[in-house]
Amino acid sequence: MYDIEQYYQAQSVADAVAALGRDPAAMPIAGGTDVLIQTREGRHAGCHLVSLHGLGELQDIRWEADGALVIGSGCTFSQITRSPLLQGRVDMLCQAVDQVGSPQIRNMGTLGGNVCNGVTSADSAPSLMAYEAELELQGPQGARRVPIGQWYTGPGKTVRGHEEVLTAVRISPQNYEGFSGCYLKYGKREAMEISTLGCAVLVKLTADRSAVEDLRAAFGVAAPTPVRCPRTEAMASGRALDEALVKELGQSVLTEIQPRDSWRASRDFRLQIAKELCRRAFRRAVELAGGEIRA
Amino acid sequence: MLKILHMTVNGKAEELAVDVRECLADTLRERLGLTSVKKGCEVGECGACTVLIDGKAVNSCCYLSVWAEGHSVLTVEGLKGPNGELSPIQTAFIEEAAVQCGFCTPGIILTAVEIVGQNRPYTREELRKLISGHLCRCTGYENILNAVERCVAENLARQNAD
Repeated sequence: MYDIEQYYQAQSVADAVAALGRDPAAMPIAGGTDVLIQTREGRHAGCHLVSLHGLGELQDIRWEADGALVIGSGCTFSQITRSPLLQGRVDMLCQAVDQVGSPQIRNMGTLGGNVCNGVTSADSAPSLMAYEAELELQGPQGARRVPIGQWYTGPGKTVRGHEEVLTAVRISPQNYEGFSGCYLKYGKREAMEISTLGCAVLVKLTADRSAVEDLRAAFGVAAPTPVRCPRTEAMASGRALDEALVKELGQSVLTEIQPRDSWRASRDFRLQIAKELCRRAFRRAVELAGGEIRA
Repeated sequence: MLKILHMTVNGKAEELAVDVRECLADTLRERLGLTSVKKGCEVGECGACTVLIDGKAVNSCCYLSVWAEGHSVLTVEGLKGPNGELSPIQTAFIEEAAVQCGFCTPGIILTAVEIVGQNRPYTREELRKLISGHLCRCTGYENILNAVERCVAENLARQNAD
């Protein structure tokens, strides 16, 4: 039996917003793969839960007329990986969420939960940072959108207000069309592992595929929150695809991340794998984009 | 905090009172006597409590029972034939000696049901990834993979024969 003091199953997003508004101690729950496990550990003793589980309006994946991909926050990781709408458009995200936990966890855990728990190790976070996703929130004052770059305020902390419900994650066409990307996760095992460090590299090549037109690099567990590397991205823009660039990318990201020592890995080890993962992810992204890296 | 729950379990409509704080593994074991559902880690790591909900494998230890309202749950007890026969998947596990202590077996068999139900071939590497949410303390993974591989192949052969 979980140590839950109050439980309310919301019938709609509006109902959930109202329920959260009535109870300052209430906490939303969706897939349950974080909240229930933390409750079992005693971290939320006597918690008040507002359940978003199973809400149909949060489980939609849409491709809008302007080309934006809108992923309902209640979509499970496996729904995302298998979505014909998302495959071929945001492959890096489909592949990243296929590395969360285990097949069973991916059938339960939701994208919204992965974003709202605010942790730096969330496997979807580096990809969403690179795609410059926008987060759609519904609150008592109505809806608002927050760029993911302004979402995280600290470890496990986000700008989501107490009464707000994350309803969808939106990716605009200018942030995925023509891009290829690769997310690499380092863990001691290939399953049931929280990321030691994760790196997403998204590239768009010039029309002749000889140079970088746009590059985005984002990391998880390389700082208290997921981070982008704007200086490295600016440095890479317009550069020819060669080994010198690969080498420089690895060095450059190290000036933009602040990994820490933890029981999972030391800061030094994380710096080493950040350098290496970034280079490997870049190589793979270029390969997917049909480019070739010259000596 | 009791609530009336309606769900289909192993093909049978059930109506029962559950506590909203209860996880599905406890409801299935304690209230319905379906003890094939094992409680191992209780934090979603080991897969011993795996059941299928609407055909998808989930860890019933981190799933609130009330979430199963209106859904269909399958446990290993639901695999037996009309005269108590084992299913082809269970038979394959026995013949491949894929069962040692047996604690992880019901969960892996249900994952195998989900895999086989996709009606497509898989490489051994893909199968390895698909069963990665199960821990076998006897470390009998080779035989388990042999059994799953065999189930997939036999199912496809049956489909082709039809």
